[in-house]
Amino acid sequence: MRLRILAALAALSVAALTGCGDTGGSGGGTSALRIMAPAAPGGGWDQTSRTAEQAIKAAVPDRQVEVFNVPGAGGTIGLAQLAGEKGNGNLLMTMGLVMVGAIEQNKSQVTLTETTPIAKLTEEYEIIVVPAESPLKSLADLVAAWKADPAKVSVAGGSAGGTDHIVAGLMAKAAGVDPKQVNYIAHSGGGEALNALLGNKVTIGVSGVGEFAEHVKSGKLRALGVTSGERLPGLDAPTLKEGGLDVELANWRGMVAPGGLSDADKKALTDLVTKMHDSQPWKDAVAKNGWIDSFQTGQEFADYLAAEQTRVKAIIAELGVVS
Amino acid sequence: MQLLLDGFTAALTPVNLMYALIGVTLGTLVGVLPGIGPAMTVALLLPITFTVPPASAFIMFAGIYYGGMYGGSTTSILLNTPGESSSMITALEGNKMARRGRAAQALATAAIGSFVAGTIATALLVVAAPAVVSFAISFGPADYFALAILAFTAVSSVLSRSVVRGLASLGLGLVIGLIGIDQQTGQARLTLGIRQLLDGVDVVIVAVGLFALGEALYVASRLRHAAPEVVPVGRAWMGRADWGRSWRPWLRGTALGFPFGALPGGGAEIPTFLSYAAEKRLARGVAREEYGKGAIEGVAGPEAANNASAAGTLVPLLTLGLPTSATAAIMLAAFQQYGLQPGPQLFDHNPALVWGMIASLFIGNAMLLVLNLPLAPVWARLLLIPRPYLYAGIVLFAALGVYALKASVVDLVVLFVLGLLGFAMRRFGLPIAPAVIGMILGPMAEIQLRRALAIGAGDVTVLVESWVSVVLLVLSALALLTPLFRKLVARRG
Repeated sequence: MRLRILAALAALSVAALTGCGDTGGSGGGTSALRIMAPAAPGGGWDQTSRTAEQAIKAAVPDRQVEVFNVPGAGGTIGLAQLAGEKGNGNLLMTMGLVMVGAIEQNKSQVTLTETTPIAKLTEEYEIIVVPAESPLKSLADLVAAWKADPAKVSVAGGSAGGTDHIVAGLMAKAAGVDPKQVNYIAHSGGGEALNALLGNKVTIGVSGVGEFAEHVKSGKLRALGVTSGERLPGLDAPTLKEGGLDVELANWRGMVAPGGLSDADKKALTDLVTKMHDSQPWKDAVAKNGWIDSFQTGQEFADYLAAEQTRVKAIIAELGVVS
Repeated sequence: MQLLLDGFTAALTPVNLMYALIGVTLGTLVGVLPGIGPAMTVALLLPITFTVPPASAFIMFAGIYYGGMYGGSTTSILLNTPGESSSMITALEGNKMARRGRAAQALATAAIGSFVAGTIATALLVVAAPAVVSFAISFGPADYFALAILAFTAVSSVLSRSVVRGLASLGLGLVIGLIGIDQQTGQARLTLGIRQLLDGVDVVIVAVGLFALGEALYVASRLRHAAPEVVPVGRAWMGRADWGRSWRPWLRGTALGFPFGALPGGGAEIPTFLSYAAEKRLARGVAREEYGKGAIEGVAGPEAANNASAAGTLVPLLTLGLPTSATAAIMLAAFQQYGLQPGPQLFDHNPALVWGMIASLFIGNAMLLVLNLPLAPVWARLLLIPRPYLYAGIVLFAALGVYALKASVVDLVVLFVLGLLGFAMRRFGLPIAPAVIGMILGPMAEIQLRRALAIGAGDVTVLVESWVSVVLLVLSALALLTPLFRKLVARRG
């Protein structure tokens, strides 16, 4: 008896945890919209998707929205699933620069050409920091150290081939150092890399501005540069261009829909995402999370996506991380 | 102190007490279920941060975290099927105790030990946070490598009576640990071209497959042959001797668990291994004879260790914004949802929230004890359910839990393959624990060694540069050599 109660409770909670959603037909009508976060709950894509869910619910109250997670392999597992939903006008997938890199690195069979670009939403810049005790005071010092012996400059960042690694590679290239020579120490996420920096175990660290900004302000880390085009407000750090390294990179996030979409569906989804972007909950979330609003739709986003693919493909090959 | 009292006032409102109760109940439930862990539960509840005030949400999340550590031990002890990898070691002695009719005592020492450890560790969180953090940060890759070596040598004491079989099992675990993308170079290893394996096999799937499914298959295979052993439920409460044998392991487990929780990558598993090994070494008299047959020390120590590590995890999270476990990483995301940045400033800017949360940890711990202690004899009666029904239920929940992780069919196939492997290992007398330990420690040892060498540009002396790594390596050498030395002396004398 007791087991049966436990079983019932458990079944209930499992059902609630996994979320039972229906797939919904095509045609951007009023049926439920599903947003895929191609990563585990808690990460950046998940956060963006769930924020979008709330914002759409606020902007278009009669529209049902549901977020679901398909984690794994830098988002390429979610991408493959999206590609199988050809023509489905009620499905969006959150994605970004990391997925562009993962497609190259994992030699994914499915690429972004099998999707319909809908909109770019946000950007987050990368920051290059050193521990407070470090002898490196500027980007020029870093370039000098790199040129003297690349092996002696250990670079802490996220996964091999990810955004942080790409930034390090582009910087080395701009400094005239072979990207393959970069002594990149991959960590699982910014937290672990932060620990290595605070413990003064590595020479420099590369990660999203949000990940390190607090510690730059408290003086535990020193910022050498940021990857934005202009200086960032509230952060005393030069851009890489000012420091003589011709690198500009935004870790952007956006949304795509399955391929083979009718023009009506594409327009309906674009309108919906535009309404979401204009809503107050979205604006609040952007401000709260320190994201940079970089809204782009239509051909403009499609062109941007194509250019990013070319650039990332080249640097991933030069880093030598294609599996 | 005044701040802590204010925290209690904040946490003791009826609404917050309700959230704490929901948290610990949910936590216990997901702890009992194989596959679903506290990290995933908190992640799925993240959207409530849009509607619930921060203090209530964190009180609930902390309850889930602690509850998960409690709940995991129940199925470990009763059914030899750990709900979480951190309660895996508990199964070693705990299940043997249950088979001897001492299930209620094992559950009670686990519950009280968790309470003691949780309470002491939370108190340490209040007083020792800054010191622990600076120690945790000073840990470099070479120190982690030395730590992994120490854990490996400690494992030798769980290798069962046959060292060859123990090593074979450890080797299997090391191979499973290699699957996936190599973190340093981004190259795929042993993935057989299956994309879903690029991220490696989740430790939850390995623990559930080898332990729960393997056990269920093994029990099923014996049903026709042997008459089902009637497990006596036994006396309901801990006797004087049980208390006497439990309190030291509780304290030692706490001392091991708390600092490990604060270490990034330390995790809740390693302190349970070390606690088990330490208790085994320190066992004297009855305990020494009972070890391997159901010694209460082997339950009390590791259970205290895993709860203390949960509190330890909160130290770097609150003081630095540094998540050291999956659950902590998701709680960090929750802080950011509220526009709060954990770090030194958090204590100054949001004292009500921080101290309310710390107070709620004390309350949650007390709630868990009240909830679990009376339930211990009740849970123990689970063993009276006919085996076929019981194990059919376990297989169902194991599969559900693993599927719920990622909704991936490939994971289910991996689970069943591992279940068959677990069955074969039991059939041929290979111990299970070393495989899971190898799977956890192998990748850690490898990645930290390679990081240390990369940072040192290939110079091997970096491995012994810090005093921490030297101490840890000397300890490992002692752990390996002392038994050999003793044997030699015994042979001569």
